[in-house]
Amino acid sequence: MKDTDIKRLLYTHSLCIFSIILSIFIPSFFLENFSILETHLTWLCICSVFVTAVNLVLYLVVKPNASSKRSSLSFKVTRFVKCCVYFLMSCFTFHVIFVLYGAPLIELVLETFLFAVTLSTFTTVPCLCLLGPNIKAWLRVFSRNGVTSVWENSLQITTISSFVGAWLGAFPIPLDWERPWQVWPISCTLGATFGYVAGLFISPLWIYWNRKQLTYKNN
Amino acid sequence: MRLGSGTFAACCVVVEVLGVVLFLRGFFPAPVRSSSSSKHQAEPPAPEPSAGASSNWTKLPPPLFSKVVIVLIDALRDDFVFGSKGVKFMPYTTYLVEKGASHSFVAEAKPPTVTMPRIKALMTGSVPGFIDVVMNLNSPALLEDNVITQAKAAGKRIISYGDETWVKLFPKHFVEYDGTTSFFVSDYTEVDENVTRHLDKVLKRGDWDVLILHYLGLDHIGHVSGPSSPLIGRKLSEMDGVLMKIHTALLSEERETLLPSLLVLCGDHGMSETGGHGASSTEEVSTPLLLVSSAFERKPGDIRHPKHVQQTDLAATLAIGLGLPIPKNSVGHLLFPAIEGKPMREQLRFLHLNTVQLTKLLQENVPSYEKEPGFEQFKISERLHGNWIRLYLEENNSEVLFNLGTKVRRQYLDALKTLSLSLSRQVAQYDVYSMVVGTVVVLEVLTLLLLSIPQALSSKAELEVPLLSPVFSLLFYLTFLVLSAVHVIVCTSTESSCYLCSLSWLTAGGVMVLVSALLCAVVSALTKVLVRGKLLSKNAAHSNSRWSELDLLILLGTLGHVLSLGASSFIEEEHQTWYFLVSTLCLALCHDIYRNYLPGDDCEPQRCLHVEGGFDGATPALQDKNTSSAVLELNRGCKSPSSLGTLRGYEKWMVLASPWVILTCCRLLRSLNQTGVQWAHRPDLGHWLTSSDHKAALSVLAALSLAVIFALIQRRCSPASKVAMALGLLGVYCYRAAIGNVLFPWQQDNKDISKGILEARFVYVFVLGILFTGTKDLLKSQVVAAGFTVKTVGLWELYSGFVLLAALLLRPHNLPVLVLSLLIQTLMAKFVWKPLRHDVAKVTVMHYWFGQAFFYFQGNSNNIATVDISAGFVGLDTYVEIPAIFLTAFATYAGPVLWASHLVSFLSSEASSADGSTHSQ
Repeated sequence: MKDTDIKRLLYTHSLCIFSIILSIFIPSFFLENFSILETHLTWLCICSVFVTAVNLVLYLVVKPNASSKRSSLSFKVTRFVKCCVYFLMSCFTFHVIFVLYGAPLIELVLETFLFAVTLSTFTTVPCLCLLGPNIKAWLRVFSRNGVTSVWENSLQITTISSFVGAWLGAFPIPLDWERPWQVWPISCTLGATFGYVAGLFISPLWIYWNRKQLTYKNN
Repeated sequence: MRLGSGTFAACCVVVEVLGVVLFLRGFFPAPVRSSSSSKHQAEPPAPEPSAGASSNWTKLPPPLFSKVVIVLIDALRDDFVFGSKGVKFMPYTTYLVEKGASHSFVAEAKPPTVTMPRIKALMTGSVPGFIDVVMNLNSPALLEDNVITQAKAAGKRIISYGDETWVKLFPKHFVEYDGTTSFFVSDYTEVDENVTRHLDKVLKRGDWDVLILHYLGLDHIGHVSGPSSPLIGRKLSEMDGVLMKIHTALLSEERETLLPSLLVLCGDHGMSETGGHGASSTEEVSTPLLLVSSAFERKPGDIRHPKHVQQTDLAATLAIGLGLPIPKNSVGHLLFPAIEGKPMREQLRFLHLNTVQLTKLLQENVPSYEKEPGFEQFKISERLHGNWIRLYLEENNSEVLFNLGTKVRRQYLDALKTLSLSLSRQVAQYDVYSMVVGTVVVLEVLTLLLLSIPQALSSKAELEVPLLSPVFSLLFYLTFLVLSAVHVIVCTSTESSCYLCSLSWLTAGGVMVLVSALLCAVVSALTKVLVRGKLLSKNAAHSNSRWSELDLLILLGTLGHVLSLGASSFIEEEHQTWYFLVSTLCLALCHDIYRNYLPGDDCEPQRCLHVEGGFDGATPALQDKNTSSAVLELNRGCKSPSSLGTLRGYEKWMVLASPWVILTCCRLLRSLNQTGVQWAHRPDLGHWLTSSDHKAALSVLAALSLAVIFALIQRRCSPASKVAMALGLLGVYCYRAAIGNVLFPWQQDNKDISKGILEARFVYVFVLGILFTGTKDLLKSQVVAAGFTVKTVGLWELYSGFVLLAALLLRPHNLPVLVLSLLIQTLMAKFVWKPLRHDVAKVTVMHYWFGQAFFYFQGNSNNIATVDISAGFVGLDTYVEIPAIFLTAFATYAGPVLWASHLVSFLSSEASSADGSTHSQ
């Protein structure tokens, strides 16, 4: 049970990583002058769309916790609408937090907001896919000793590593190297992406290594 | 020997300071000095070298110029004269540079780019050490050999107008002077009018030989509004007019005398892009140097680009130009273009004089001077020079003579360049031995501190210091012997000067004893820790107290900050690090709070596990909550110790909201003052408020801030100090209105601006009163043992006294910093630290972080140029050294000091409430 779960986890995660790599290379076939640094905003949009799409598809195909008994259409619609609202709210919350951290309030609003959207894609979208719009479940997963499955454990790891990546990404900004990627918010978005990819990469391995120690309540 | 933690820490700090002082003594090199600097006269000038035939020219050559006018414009950057601004605003000077009889240079100033060391460098030709920055505020008389002293000794009549630093540096040197003080930075017209008004009279009189004019206005404009301000252009035009006036006067006078005169235009230092100075960026070190004299011939169409030279070169050039001996400590070399028009014999003579002076300096400072390339070149050129003189005296063929002369001249110029370079490099040499010893002492103390942390922080707060046993151990004597041997070897073989070796044997031996004793103490402490560690690992049954995210953040943040100081840009932008850390701290606190307070599923088993972990820490000492302990008893079921039930409704919401409020406050403060280097030029609220258009807004803000300060601070004061506080804050507003920063609503156009001495002293009375009451309470609690409450009140009163003083000294647009600091302290104390029961160590580190962040919120940076000197003059008529230094230091470090004093009072109140609750039970 657990080993198969870990295997599926590995496959889905490699698909996610693959989608991010694709988002770097595919647009250059269709768009002229596309590069991550120069047309950063375009890349941000494309990357978010790709990651969201892959996450949704994987959720529909793999169904890690297919336990919802009620499956009426209206329930599904309200659930979807709720998910959208949660996603938007998380975007705005992240935006506010960035401004509180020192991002410019009036200038570069679009850049800041797209960074917020990207970070939400890396963190909120998987949460919504896996746990649904259910704050209590979120709190449970992100409190200590609260995970109940391999999926939730990997979710915890990827989310935290995305945040840490974005946080660490702010460090090069004051350095005087004068590189194009030191401009707000490029280093942070790159940091978040690296963090997310690292989380995707590490979490199956970590879970595999610690599979003896990890005991989940439901398994 | 048993010691209390406090005593131990104090001892460590003392030894640490010793180590740091030793290190700094090695790091800041002693300036290159001639050993015979005390006596100015005596030595006859070096005679002309001659091979065989004796030369008859042994006296100093006569002066080249009859009159010298030095126009020093403070903070004149090179592009103000040679760049586009010069073309636009200084047409006459540009004409002189491009077509006139002049030589232009870009003179590089050595850091520190502060006025007094620069004047010293210009006049002595030596490179002052960094220590001189400290003395910049209070410049004592210059005792070193310099051009001005030489000129006075030679009977020249010198006049100085402008910055009074000159008068302080050269007391009794000037036959006439009018010093202007440079501390009232906001004044940039009157300082210069005070100089210019003398000009007409003096230029007409002509009974002087040297005239020194030091214009401060440009520097003041730079400090107030930066190098791109429109005021700069106007000031440059004014300076251009002054130059034209002087130049035409000199030209008209020259017709009567035989000798030409010299006009020198120079800057002491440049101006950074933000308008400050003091550091070593290109903008700050490049200054123009323009020599104008009819003696400099120039063919039409001869375009000269300004050459790069050193600022120290001016001293030698001036000395030669005035026919004086070159200052002994000068490391500069003659600006050759200035003597180009002279006959070959004189040129060589001047070059020879300069080389001899530099070689002498080299001999006195470098033990192995014979190996220096400059010295060898000097010997060769001196021999060649001798040959040339012989040929000259024999009156040989003029072409041969000219060719040989050119060769000698080139040789001399090379020698000068090499000598000057190696001498200035001498200044930048570290005393490695002292630095190593200092570092060793510091590291040993640090290790000792780290090793004894677990003991010192234990409940007894006492620790065993292994001091006596090591002193009698073999290791101690062995290390002492080895170190002494090393000391002897280093001191006998060293080539450069060394501070430790110049100390007496007894003192050096004392240092060695200290080092070896500390080493032994560290070794014995280390063995103790290892032994204890083994015992513990045998016991094994460690309670696996996991670190919370907050602990991790505090540890990693502190470590990360220390590591970040390895990169110079992180030092320049250190405020960013602190802002980032403080914001992260707020989010971590937020996380902590929400995990403790939001309703989870109470029946979950893992929740109970977590609660068990929490209960270990929730021993009775922590029942210091202001709410009844009965509620706590009820909660001892399966709930977290500080869950919702213990708090009343509004308090709960305040707890949940406070991290966000604090984050918002920090964000607001961040946009109040832009500091650092990269983003310092960005517009900020502080500049908006201080501009004269928004005086009304500033007044409202200041009044509001003072009211809020009173509201926040009065809640725990005694009634008497409440009244004192209110009157004091009123006095602060009156002071600011008196010096014209803010307005009273009833007098919109207040023209008469005073220095506000009466108002400021009125506030000082209350500050001293409050501090006195606080000290009295503290003493009472110590002597009479009146319990914790008296002590707490006393500490709080001391704290409020500091707040009042800070309110007086901080510039009015910085009053919100003070308000928000108080607000954050109140919120944190009431809604974060108390309900969440953070331990003393965490609270201390958080105070430290916030204190650092507030240092930068005030607009400070790691650049000395951002220190607000005006705080040192609040309530003082004239410059009085000790109060001025104290007030400036307090105003600069107001943030850290206030947080530190809040920490003391908060911890004491916590202890007292814990004490009270145990008594009541």
